[in-house]
Amino acid sequence: MRDLVSDMTNCLRARDLQVRSNGKALLDVHDLTLDGPGPTLILGPNGAGKSLLLRCLHGLISPDRGQVVQDGTPLNAYHKARQAMVFQRPVLLRRSVAANLDFVLKRQNMSRTGRKDRIVELLTEGGLEDKSRQSARSLSGGEAQRLAILRALALNPETLFLDEPTSALDPSATQMIERMVLRASSRGVRIVMVTHDIGQARRLAADVVMMQGGHVVEHGPAKQVLDVPGSEASRRYLAGGLVT
Amino acid sequence: MQNFAAEFNSALALILEGDSELWAIVLLSLQVSVFAVLISAVIGMPIGAALAVARFPGRRMMIVLMNALMGFPPVVVGLLVYLMLSRSGPLGILELLYTPTAMIIAQVVLVTPIIAALTRQVIEMLAEEYSEQLRSLGVSRLASVPVLLWDARLALITALLAGFGRAIAEVGAVIIVGGNINHVTRVMTTTIALETSKGNLALALALGAILIGIAVAVNAIVSALSLRAEQEGLRHA
Repeated sequence: MRDLVSDMTNCLRARDLQVRSNGKALLDVHDLTLDGPGPTLILGPNGAGKSLLLRCLHGLISPDRGQVVQDGTPLNAYHKARQAMVFQRPVLLRRSVAANLDFVLKRQNMSRTGRKDRIVELLTEGGLEDKSRQSARSLSGGEAQRLAILRALALNPETLFLDEPTSALDPSATQMIERMVLRASSRGVRIVMVTHDIGQARRLAADVVMMQGGHVVEHGPAKQVLDVPGSEASRRYLAGGLVT
Repeated sequence: MQNFAAEFNSALALILEGDSELWAIVLLSLQVSVFAVLISAVIGMPIGAALAVARFPGRRMMIVLMNALMGFPPVVVGLLVYLMLSRSGPLGILELLYTPTAMIIAQVVLVTPIIAALTRQVIEMLAEEYSEQLRSLGVSRLASVPVLLWDARLALITALLAGFGRAIAEVGAVIIVGGNINHVTRVMTTTIALETSKGNLALALALGAILIGIAVAVNAIVSALSLRAEQEGLRHA
C-alpha cells in the first residue's frame, strides 16, 4: 500500500535502478523515494554514483535495469520537460548572457516582450543585470554557474538537479549559488543536488542521501543523517575518513 | 640582376597603374573561387554537420572517404571533370568545357571535401561539449544542428577561408578544364605558369605578388578567427 501511495503522490522514485559497465554495476539503487518538500542533497565519495544517479533521475542515462518513476508513471517526455539540470562545469552557448536565456525562453514560444521582461527578471535574480550583453563565455566561474542556474530556472522546472554546482567556486560565489537554490526551493521547485561539501549539506538540505560504491547507504532527514549517521560508511565519510 | 630589378619595377607598375589585363585576371580568379567556395559551403557544411551529429551504418566509412578526398590530386580531379564535360562525356551536352563554370565545378570538387571534413570536426567537438546540456534543455538531435552551426560560426568561417585558400591557389585542375583562354578562363595561377614560360616575368610577378597578398590576408583572418574561437573555447575549459 505504501508503494502505491509513494508512487501516486508528487514524488520522484528510483526503483531497482542499475547501470552497468564492463560487467560491473556502477549504480545499484534498490529503492529511493524523493518526496520531501525541501532540498535533497546527495553526498558520498568520488565514484559513489551520485552524478550517475542524478543523470538517471533526469533521463539523460537509461538504466540497464529498473526505472525512474515520477508521479506514479515511468519517467517520460512530459516529466523531463518539467525538469532541468545544472552541471558541475557550466556549458554556456557561445552567445551573450541574455541570448543564453533567450534561447530557452524562445523554445517556450514566449512573445518578444514577454521574453525581454523575463530576461530582466532572471538577470536581476542572479545579480547579472549589468552583464546582459557580455559574452557568456567571458563570465567568471561563479557568474557562469549563476547563469546556468538562471537558464535552468527559465524552464520553470518542477525539479532542478544540480551536479556539484559549487565545487570550483570560492565561498562568496558559493554563497550566492546557495541563496539562489534556497529561493528556488522556497518557490516550490524540488531541488536534488550533489555535493561533496558536508557544510553545504548542513546549510541547505532537508534530507540527505548518502551513497557509496553505487549504492544508497542511507537516506533520511538531514539532521538525522548528518548528526546521527546510521551506517558505518556515513560515519566514516562525515568524519573525513577514507571510505572504500 | 638589373633585369630582375627591372622586372620587379615593371610588376609594381602594373599593379599600381591598375593594368586592366592584370586586374581582369584577378577579378576572374576571385569570382571563380568565391563562387566555388559558396557552392562548396552549401554542399559541404550540411554533409559535415550530418556526419557529426547523426549515427548511421557506413558513417565511419564516409568520414574516411571524405578525409581521403581532401588529399585528392588536383590534376586528377581536373582530368575527371574534363572527362565528364568533354563532348563525348555524360555532361558534354551542356558545353561547359573551357568556361569559367567548368573551373568552378573543378574547384567545387576539390574544396567540398575540405569544408565538409572541417565542418564535421568542428561540429563533432562542439556536439560533444553541448550534448548533455542540449538534451537537458529538451533540444532534439535534429534541432541541435542549427544551434551547433551557429555557435561554431567562427570556426566554420575558418573552414570556408581554408577552402578559399585552396581554390584560389589551384592550378592543375583549372588549367585542364579551363584551357587558360585569354580573357575567358585565364586566372592568376594559370597566367603565372604561362607568362613565366613565355619569359614575361613582369605580369607573372605582379600576379604572384597579388596571389601571395591574398594568401597572407586569408591566413591572417584564419589565424585571428582561430585564436578568437580558441579563446572562446578555453575560457571555460
